[in-house]
Amino acid sequence: MNTIRVRKKIYPYLYQTPSISLLIILMVIPMATVINYSFFDNVIMKKSPNFVGLSNYKEILTDNTFWISFYNTIYFTAASIFFHLIIGLAFALLLNYKSLNIIAKSILRVIYIVPWLFTATIVAIIWRLVLDPSGVINYILLSFEMIDERIEWLSSRDTALNTVTFINIWAGYPFYMVSLLAGLQGIPNELYEAAKIDGANLGQQFINITIPQLKPIIYTLILLDFIWTIQVFPLIWMTTGGGPIHSTEMLSTYTYKLAFSKYEFSLASTSAFLTFLLSLTVSIFYIKRQVNRTND
Amino acid sequence: MIKEDIKIRLLVYIGLLVGLIFTLFPVFWIFISSVKTNTEVFAYPPSFIPENFTLSAYFNIFNDEDKLRFFFNSYFIAIIVTILTLLISILSGYSFSRFDFKLKRILNLSIISTQTIPPITLLIPYFGIVVTFKIFDTYLALILTYLVFTIPYATLMMTSYFNTLPKELDDAVLMDGGSNFTALCRVIIPISLPGIVATCVYTFLLCWNEFLFALTLTKSYEMRTVPIGIQLLMGQHAYEWNEMMAMSIIGTIPILFLYLFAQKYFLAGLTSGSVKF
Repeated sequence: MNTIRVRKKIYPYLYQTPSISLLIILMVIPMATVINYSFFDNVIMKKSPNFVGLSNYKEILTDNTFWISFYNTIYFTAASIFFHLIIGLAFALLLNYKSLNIIAKSILRVIYIVPWLFTATIVAIIWRLVLDPSGVINYILLSFEMIDERIEWLSSRDTALNTVTFINIWAGYPFYMVSLLAGLQGIPNELYEAAKIDGANLGQQFINITIPQLKPIIYTLILLDFIWTIQVFPLIWMTTGGGPIHSTEMLSTYTYKLAFSKYEFSLASTSAFLTFLLSLTVSIFYIKRQVNRTND
Repeated sequence: MIKEDIKIRLLVYIGLLVGLIFTLFPVFWIFISSVKTNTEVFAYPPSFIPENFTLSAYFNIFNDEDKLRFFFNSYFIAIIVTILTLLISILSGYSFSRFDFKLKRILNLSIISTQTIPPITLLIPYFGIVVTFKIFDTYLALILTYLVFTIPYATLMMTSYFNTLPKELDDAVLMDGGSNFTALCRVIIPISLPGIVATCVYTFLLCWNEFLFALTLTKSYEMRTVPIGIQLLMGQHAYEWNEMMAMSIIGTIPILFLYLFAQKYFLAGLTSGSVKF
């Protein structure tokens, strides 16, 4: 009897053993390592690095480029989230329009998702071709006389940050669209009918029914999008590489260059850990939400 | 009232059209460029319909062993990671769904928090570890490190799927003298196929799209995956734009296929908000 009870206590942990051991090896140890690295000089390159306390933090936090990257990352993330939400919601509402033919609806739904199917590298390549100074976008804009001369979208300091942000908006809205569409379909029709009887117009219905009903989804989407967008790397790396003159430098490209172009692994660890802390500020809300949800 | 309806309908159609152009124009352009000659890709003014339609860019890729190797690597790594992730996350998810135990809350919490760690934070220690254990530039390095992102969400997905299945299913097996493990293998797994398929698709796509670790933890041409291969093509002195476009299209086909195949499972996973894409 006793052995059965002991066994019952051990069983759940047996099932968890593979995942726990992997997460310790792949997450706990590396996180401890990166924090440890940030307190030493020249790790990885030198056999016996010296403990230097907080001096790496001092160096990173007084580095102008770090703050430029920080600002760019926040700008890129905030603008992406804002437009993802607007465009995603707009497309979801269009596709949810009740008089739309059902076949047209399902075809359009697949088409609107297409940007999402491309990996970041391919998204970068597509837009590099289209936005080339002698490429098709400049040609179209010139033909319609919307611009006076060819614009160097990705290689001019004035336009580069907004251009990469635009590309990210293009690539990311389908995630919002799909989720919001699912949310819209879950809103009971009776709510709208009751509102109509009360004489509410479309705008009032949107503000008083649609938005409040979608609120939980929107909240989760924004949290997730923030966590992912703050990590942006391949898109920037493949379009501008952080240039020209740091105008599209993000925390991830800044960290990557410290490590793999300058071989300053300690400074890179410090910057990587600071990026983690930034992400953590928002992640906490996401984690709380998920924990509550799984415990329901 | 009828006039109002027509106005709305017109607005919807205009909106849909603008959306189509916004979404599809760049995609149309890569397709058009992939069937042009490289000289025509560079021509100004650009041609909207290729003058000399050619599939040579596609044939060049299929005849180039180096480029096919990128595809082999991507498929190989994604398939191995998917199998491992599935085995581990089914066990872990089953335990979360069916047992009550002391450390449940804390384990669940740490699995959820793993999802929020930026890859760049883990990159430098991984590089150090991979070099120390002499697995730099091997499949093993990529397979191992990808698991840190695939296992947490796969576990969450499997847990929430198992939670939808009644516990009486397990009880029936236990009454017959079977163990929980028999119940899992004989009853739960066979009826969880939709959840398993969704988990497989997500894992595969995550691996297929991964860039940062593939860039940093491999070095030789033979070890590169599709995203890095495309980047290498781009870095070469002469830009073979038509080939790059063709490769992008070939590289997107498995994703398109998986998406269409698993669309309905996708939505369920997405709305549960536990999925990283």
